[in-house]
Amino acid sequence: MSYIIADCLVKTFGAGASAVPAVSEISFQIAPGEFVAIMGESGAGKSTLLGILGAMNAPSSGRLLVDDIDVYRLHAEQLADFRREYLGFVFQSFHLVSYLSVIENVMLPLTVTRRSKTEKRAMALEALSRVGLTEKADRLPGEISGGEKERVAVARAIVNEPPILLADEPTGNLDSRNSREVMHLFQHLNDGGMTIIMVTHSAESAAYARRVMQVSDGRLQEDRSVIAAGLRMAS
Amino acid sequence: MTLKLISLRNLMRRKGKAAFILAGLVIGVATVVGIISFVEATTHDIAHKLEQYGANILIVPRTENLSLSYGGLSLGGVSFDLEEIRESELARLATIKNHRNIAAVGPMVLGVASVEGRRILMAGVDFRAAGILKPWWRVQGAYPDANGILLGSEAAGLLNLKAGDRLPVNGLDLTVSGILEPTGSQDDQLAFAALTTAQQAFQKTGRISMAEVAALCKDCPIEDMVRQIAEVLPGAKVMAIQQVVKSRMEMLAQFSHFSYGISGVILFIGGLVVLVTMMGSVRERTDEIGIFRAIGFRRSHIMRIVFLEAGILSGLAGIIGYGLGLGCAQAALSLLSESHGGHVPFNPALAIGSLVLALALGLAASAYPAAMAARLDPNEALRTL
Repeated sequence: MSYIIADCLVKTFGAGASAVPAVSEISFQIAPGEFVAIMGESGAGKSTLLGILGAMNAPSSGRLLVDDIDVYRLHAEQLADFRREYLGFVFQSFHLVSYLSVIENVMLPLTVTRRSKTEKRAMALEALSRVGLTEKADRLPGEISGGEKERVAVARAIVNEPPILLADEPTGNLDSRNSREVMHLFQHLNDGGMTIIMVTHSAESAAYARRVMQVSDGRLQEDRSVIAAGLRMAS
Repeated sequence: MTLKLISLRNLMRRKGKAAFILAGLVIGVATVVGIISFVEATTHDIAHKLEQYGANILIVPRTENLSLSYGGLSLGGVSFDLEEIRESELARLATIKNHRNIAAVGPMVLGVASVEGRRILMAGVDFRAAGILKPWWRVQGAYPDANGILLGSEAAGLLNLKAGDRLPVNGLDLTVSGILEPTGSQDDQLAFAALTTAQQAFQKTGRISMAEVAALCKDCPIEDMVRQIAEVLPGAKVMAIQQVVKSRMEMLAQFSHFSYGISGVILFIGGLVVLVTMMGSVRERTDEIGIFRAIGFRRSHIMRIVFLEAGILSGLAGIIGYGLGLGCAQAALSLLSESHGGHVPFNPALAIGSLVLALALGLAASAYPAAMAARLDPNEALRTL
C-alpha cells in the first residue's frame, strides 16, 4: 500500500516572459486504496499532473513522495524501476504494441523482471482472466475491438500487481457500454485495495471514484470526497 | 517474453527496413571479403609470376678482389679464383626464419677454361634451379648431363661449335648438348656445365663461387631475408637485387592499398545506410519506446532492444556477406586472371573476421540511434500520440 504526498508541485513550460504554468502549487495526499478522479477542462493541467504522478514528468519545483520515496530525487534508471514496481499505466489510446499478441502485450512489464517464462505467462493469463480476455490471448491488437484493447491495456497495467494504477482518459475512446465495463473493472481493482488515480473529462466515469479533484488553470480548485454524495456506483 | 523476442518481432514486422539494413551490411562485408579474397588470390598469382623474373638475392664470398657485372646487375665483389663458399654451407639456408620464402637456390662455380687457345668463362650450375632462376633461358638442343656442356650463343659462335660437337675442357671430354638462345646478357659469352662437372674441371669439389636465391617476398621484407641469410653464412656477402624486389613489393602494396581504400569507402557507406535506417526506425517507434519506458523499461533495456536488432541483422550479414564475397572473388578471378582460373579457398580467419566486421559495423552504426532511443523522454514520447 502506497501513500502519495504531492507537495507544492509546480510545472512550468518555457522560461522567462514566454513561460506557461501548467501546474501551480498543487498539494494533496492520497491514502492507500483511494480511487481519485482528476477532472478539468482541456489544458487545465490534469494530464501534466498525471505525468508528474507517473514519474515521467519532473516538476519545476515541489516534491512527490510515494512511500517516503522522494520520486524525483531518483536518477533515470531508478525512476524506470520505480514506475515498473509502483505504477501501472492505462492510456487513452491503449498504446498496445501492434506486433505483439495480446498476452505478449500484457507480459511487457514483466519482460525486464527476473521471472521464469512460465511464471510470466501464468501472471499474464491471470491478468487477462481478471479483465475477461483469456480466450483472446493469442490475438494481435488489430484483431480485437476498442473495448477489448482497453481491457488488455488494463491487464498490462495490473499484471505485476502495482500498488498504484494511473489512467489517462481510459474511457475517452470507448462507447458507453465499453466505458462502463472498464469502469467496473477499475472499481473492482480498487475494491481489491489498488490505489487508482484517473484523469477524465467524463462525469460518468468520475462517479466511480471515491474522491474527485477539480483542476483548473493548473490549480487544484476542489478536492472532495464523493462517497457521502452517493455518486459511487454499485459494483 | 524477452527483449530478444521484441527485437525479433519488430524485425519481422518491418521486413523492408530490415532487408535494407541487411543489404547495406551485406554489400559492405561482401565487398571487403571479395576484395581481400581477390587480392590474396591475385597476390599469390602475381607473386608466383614474379618469381619467374629470376633471382633476387646473391650470395658471394666476402672479398673485394674483383668486381664484375652480371646479367646487367651489379653483383659486387666476386672472386672466383681466390675465395669460395663451401657448397654444404648452403644447407643452412633451410634454417632461416623465412626459409619458406625461398623458391630456389642456385649454387654456381666459376672458372676460366682454355678451349682451342681461347679463354672462356665457364660456370657450373644446378640446371634444375636454373629453370627457376633463369626462366628466360631457351636452349637449342638439350640441357647437359654430367658429360655435357651448354654454350652461350656468342661463345658457340666464336668457338664455331654446335650441338653434338665435342669440347675438351681442362682434361674433361665434354659434348655440346645445346646452345643457349641469345639472352642479351653475359650468359651469351659463357659456357655452362653441371655443377659437379665444373667443380671437377676446376678442382673445386664441394666449393662454389656464388649462389643465386629466388625469394618469394610478398610477405617478408627482402632486407630481413638478407640479414637472416647473412647470419647463417658469416663468411659470405649477401646482397639483395633491390630494384627487382622493390618493384615487386611496391606493385603488390599499391594494389592492396587501392583495394582496401575502396573497401573502406564501401564500408563507410554501408555504415551510413545502417545509421540512417536505424534512426528512421527509432523515430517511427517513438510511441512504442515511450510505452516501454513508461511501464518500467530502463534506458539500457531500450538500447539492448536496438542493439539486438542490429546484432541479429549484422550476424546474418556477416554470414551472407562472406559467402557472397567469396563467390564474387571467385567469379572475378575467373574473369580477370590471366589464366582464367584459380581457386579462392575458404579462409576461416576471414570468415570470422567478416562476422566480427559485420557485428562491429552494425553495432557501431546503431550506437547513436540506440542512444537516441534510450534518451527518449517517455512523457514527451507519449505526448506526441
